[in-house]
Amino acid sequence: MNTPSPIPTEGAETEGGDAAITLQNLTVSYRQHPALHHISGRFAWGSLTAVIGPNGAGKSTLLKSMAALVPVDRNSRVMLAPDLRMAYLPQHSELDRSFPLDVCDCVLMGLWEQTGAWGCASTAMLMRVDAALHTVGLQGFERRPVGTLSSGQLQRALFARLLVQDAQLIFLDEPFNAVDSKTTAGLLTLVQQWHRQGRTVVAVLHDDAQVRAHFPQTLLLARECIAWGATDQVLTEANLQRARAMAEAWDETAAMCDVDGEINGQAFDTLLAQRLAATA
Amino acid sequence: MDTLFTPVWDALFAPFAEFAFMRRALVATLALSLSAAPLGVFLTLRRMSLLGDALSHAVLPGVAIGFMVSGLSLTAMALGGVLAGMLVAGIAGAVSRFTALKEDASLAAIYLVALALGVTLISRHGTQLDLLHILFGSALGVDPSGLLLVAGVASSSVLLLALMYRGLVLETFDPVFMRAHRKGVPSWLWQQGFLMLVVLNLVAGFQTLGTLMAVGLMMLPAVSARLWHDTLPAQLVNAAAQAATAGVAGLLLSYHFDTPSGPTIIGCAGALYAGALLFAPGGWLPRWWVHTHRVA
Repeated sequence: MNTPSPIPTEGAETEGGDAAITLQNLTVSYRQHPALHHISGRFAWGSLTAVIGPNGAGKSTLLKSMAALVPVDRNSRVMLAPDLRMAYLPQHSELDRSFPLDVCDCVLMGLWEQTGAWGCASTAMLMRVDAALHTVGLQGFERRPVGTLSSGQLQRALFARLLVQDAQLIFLDEPFNAVDSKTTAGLLTLVQQWHRQGRTVVAVLHDDAQVRAHFPQTLLLARECIAWGATDQVLTEANLQRARAMAEAWDETAAMCDVDGEINGQAFDTLLAQRLAATA
Repeated sequence: MDTLFTPVWDALFAPFAEFAFMRRALVATLALSLSAAPLGVFLTLRRMSLLGDALSHAVLPGVAIGFMVSGLSLTAMALGGVLAGMLVAGIAGAVSRFTALKEDASLAAIYLVALALGVTLISRHGTQLDLLHILFGSALGVDPSGLLLVAGVASSSVLLLALMYRGLVLETFDPVFMRAHRKGVPSWLWQQGFLMLVVLNLVAGFQTLGTLMAVGLMMLPAVSARLWHDTLPAQLVNAAAQAATAGVAGLLLSYHFDTPSGPTIIGCAGALYAGALLFAPGGWLPRWWVHTHRVA
């Protein structure tokens, strides 16, 4: 690998500012160490984007910051198109599986925006829940406590909840972890269907082959944005190598970053070239 | 007929028919069972089983200040207790929202400070006896105004819990899902509102019945109810029913055998808990006995 290609500062599909999400200089840090470092770009309306990168690359943090679940640094901006219904599927360790709630109620949660804390669940809503459970193949599970479901079944129930939520913007954090291949195929079909319906979907994934087969757009993260655009242009060997060269551990002696896009006064690419030279 | 009826009447009904203080104790205990036990179920579900105990200590400085201002006045002490409890719960909530600490850790830190403050206040301005009186009230000493306090708090607490039910259930089950919604009630409000209800119930309970009773009636039936049922509504009803049963049985036993009422009631709740540990579907004996399984 010779000189690293310049870092793209924008997602490929720009379409004249018609973006569902625009990131400006997005930095999120934990104890002053950046988990995401100066990410800028936009997710176009109706785009289907995979976010990939090594462990600790900030993929989950990216989704959380877009869902406003983690505070972002000053000067960072995450702009969502106004009046957008957003749905976020976290890695499923984050919900309480021992809670005495049945599958039907769990899926019905997806209608929280309509029902609120005091509204009625109408027959039409219950029929939507029924249809969603049918789509993910969980008919007959309505009255089962969520704690008795397997990981894959729970993930299907959570997809049913997403279906019911009917959001225009969908964030999926490693949705196919601990899910067998048959279920994964079914859920991927669902994601494709959302894409065809014009919903904007951003999914954190690990499987390169899966991304190449099903996701037109890819954002390759390694704390910095390594590449962002059409999948076949992003998933090149050179880019993947650049991503793998990310140092996973924090550098406790690292100086404060004051210039946008630069670390310790050096351009990111210079630093990366040094790291690559060291690992080669 | 009469020979059978009389001993039953004497054992179960006469104490309440004859003595007004027994009737008041009965009503206060039943009211507290209805409102506090369901809160206990939510506390166990939120993995905060020990929070009731912590909060009951946290209200101490407020009670002490109320006592210093106007002596043994129930209203002043209850008001002080509620304010102190809500302040502690509010600070703990704010700490967990704006720092890296989780709710239980921040509450543990703050309640200890509050307890220290309370003990200091009481030892400077009262005697050991006052402290004991504040910490271990007596069910049989409930006066009409205390009864009104318990009944009022219990009624509003049941209504408020009904209003908060859906939000609280969903926030407990999947807090991230709720936080990801920008519209409507912010999700931390459910948790805060719930903690305020716990404080209200604890103060009402402990002013009239004592700390042990207040926390015991809240937690013991709730813990054993979780062994009996898989669904939340059933657990809530079961907890309230067990608390009420323990209350009636405990009052009768303490009357007939001349034991202190609070500990006897909690002892009865403990016996029900032991029963649940043995016989409930989630308990020990069913696992021992049931060896068969279905084909699918």
